[in-house]
Amino acid sequence: MELYELTIHELHEKLKKREVSSVEATRAFLDRIESVDPRVNAFITVTADEALKAAEEADRRIAAGETTILTGIPVALKDIFLTQGVRTTCASRILDTFIPPYDATSWVKLKERGAVLVGKLNQDEFAMGSSCESSAFGPTRNPWNLECIPGGSSGGSAAAIAAREATATLGTDTGGSIRQPASHCGCVGLKPTYGRVSRYGVIAYASSLDQVGPMTRDVADCAIMLGAVAGYDPLDSTSIDRPVPDYTASLGPEVTGLKIGLPKEYFIAGLDPDVKKTLDAAIDTYKRLGAEFVEISLPHTDYAVATYYLIATAEASSNLARYDGVRFGHRAKEAAGLIDMFARSRAEGFGAEVKRRIMLGTYALSSGYYDAYYLKAQRVRTLIMHDFLQAFATVDVILTPVAPTPAFRIGEKVNDPLQMYLSDIFTIPVNLAGTCGISVPAGMSGDGLPIGLQLVGRPFGEEAILRAAYAFEQATEWHKQKAQL
Amino acid sequence: MKITRAEVEHVARLARLELSAEEAEIFTGQMDAILAYVDKLNELDTTGITPTSHAVPVENAFRADEERPSIGTDNAMANAPDRVDGFFRVPKVIE
Repeated sequence: MELYELTIHELHEKLKKREVSSVEATRAFLDRIESVDPRVNAFITVTADEALKAAEEADRRIAAGETTILTGIPVALKDIFLTQGVRTTCASRILDTFIPPYDATSWVKLKERGAVLVGKLNQDEFAMGSSCESSAFGPTRNPWNLECIPGGSSGGSAAAIAAREATATLGTDTGGSIRQPASHCGCVGLKPTYGRVSRYGVIAYASSLDQVGPMTRDVADCAIMLGAVAGYDPLDSTSIDRPVPDYTASLGPEVTGLKIGLPKEYFIAGLDPDVKKTLDAAIDTYKRLGAEFVEISLPHTDYAVATYYLIATAEASSNLARYDGVRFGHRAKEAAGLIDMFARSRAEGFGAEVKRRIMLGTYALSSGYYDAYYLKAQRVRTLIMHDFLQAFATVDVILTPVAPTPAFRIGEKVNDPLQMYLSDIFTIPVNLAGTCGISVPAGMSGDGLPIGLQLVGRPFGEEAILRAAYAFEQATEWHKQKAQL
Repeated sequence: MKITRAEVEHVARLARLELSAEEAEIFTGQMDAILAYVDKLNELDTTGITPTSHAVPVENAFRADEERPSIGTDNAMANAPDRVDGFFRVPKVIE
């Protein structure tokens, strides 16, 4: 097996035993990126020199016996995480040349443990999208089929795992942006509970929904990465001061007696036959392992997409007001006065999807429409949250599809934003409820595209979904499938 | 029609976003379709339902008001498109 195909725990064993060095592993990834990324386009920036320096330092730490599970492990970050001295674009022309003066807390935590950054990953511009097509740096392609989208918005973070260009990556998830690309690319992706991971230094999209999470080759790696980045951060006033459990210790093959809820609103007639088949087979696997299934109802599911696109765009219109061409970012050359400079800089710097969402959000917050749209959506959000709380009174985890179809073709939904928005129907409710969800490889379409299943847990119930995901993974072979490139 | 071209142009001004005539036309149609879709929320009676701004209740987060090191003027201004003597320079505000 090539070094770039190993999991964190496998590579860690080899590093610890000094069978390989971090410099060798890092070189293997840099070579791999050079050979496959012209086709995949998962990376916006490759940090080869910095990576090799960090790998040398990691090798010194390993030699000195100061090894953590992440020491010397090559990782990559969605280009939404600020990295001091390394260009961070959020896949937008408006931040084309932005060099952050400080690091995101989640990157600080990985770096302190000795992880090696090989580069910054492509995404939808400002994390607004479900396909990675809205990037100013061109679309990322799905390593399983280069004509298909990798999902979004963390499409580069998922594609880099599937193309074996990093051992593990971090993404962000506002309405499904970790879980949906994980499903489409056949990797593991976890959106933690709101407040579980610090968002300091993560470029804001919709602040009441955004959350940072890991994307990995298997569930054990996911537990390792979550354990590293989770925890209270005084620099993020929305992070929660609550102990971080040992997620790795919570993994086990046992699910006997686990009560799994199947929400009837998610198993609808329009579900793609391959997705349906995958879910049915997964349910059988869990039954064989001794889990119990309970039919539940999340009655307000059908209102989630509308609720999300009002709340998320309203918050986005406010968050993106900071891009004004004054303190950082692109400034228009020709302008008749200050206001005109703002309007032109933003017109030149933002892509179509970002403009569309700023427009929608501004409209929803504007005088005369605030109560009818934004406040109404916040009230429906309460109903959606209650659906989940009620369900968790009788079940331990909830099993659902991640996306209604496998990855679609590049260009297929670009001109129909509403159709694109509806592809997030099964992931959005989890963000609105503020709870946690994981996508795990569970099957393959007739066309050879991966399909994931989603497990949703109680708020701060990451251990339960990791455990249930691990048991499924141990009983199946889907996570071992490899995209041919 | 949920939204007119004139309203789209008004919202663009509020958002400090210059739209081309073509963009204004496309956005009018797309926003109209999206607003018609989100109207489905009115099927629900939400009288007496408390709005949720954050899923996890967060209180005001206070910290001691103590002096701490900052990143400094040079770092803070390093990405500015135009600056002079520690100030951000912008086009003339008042003629």
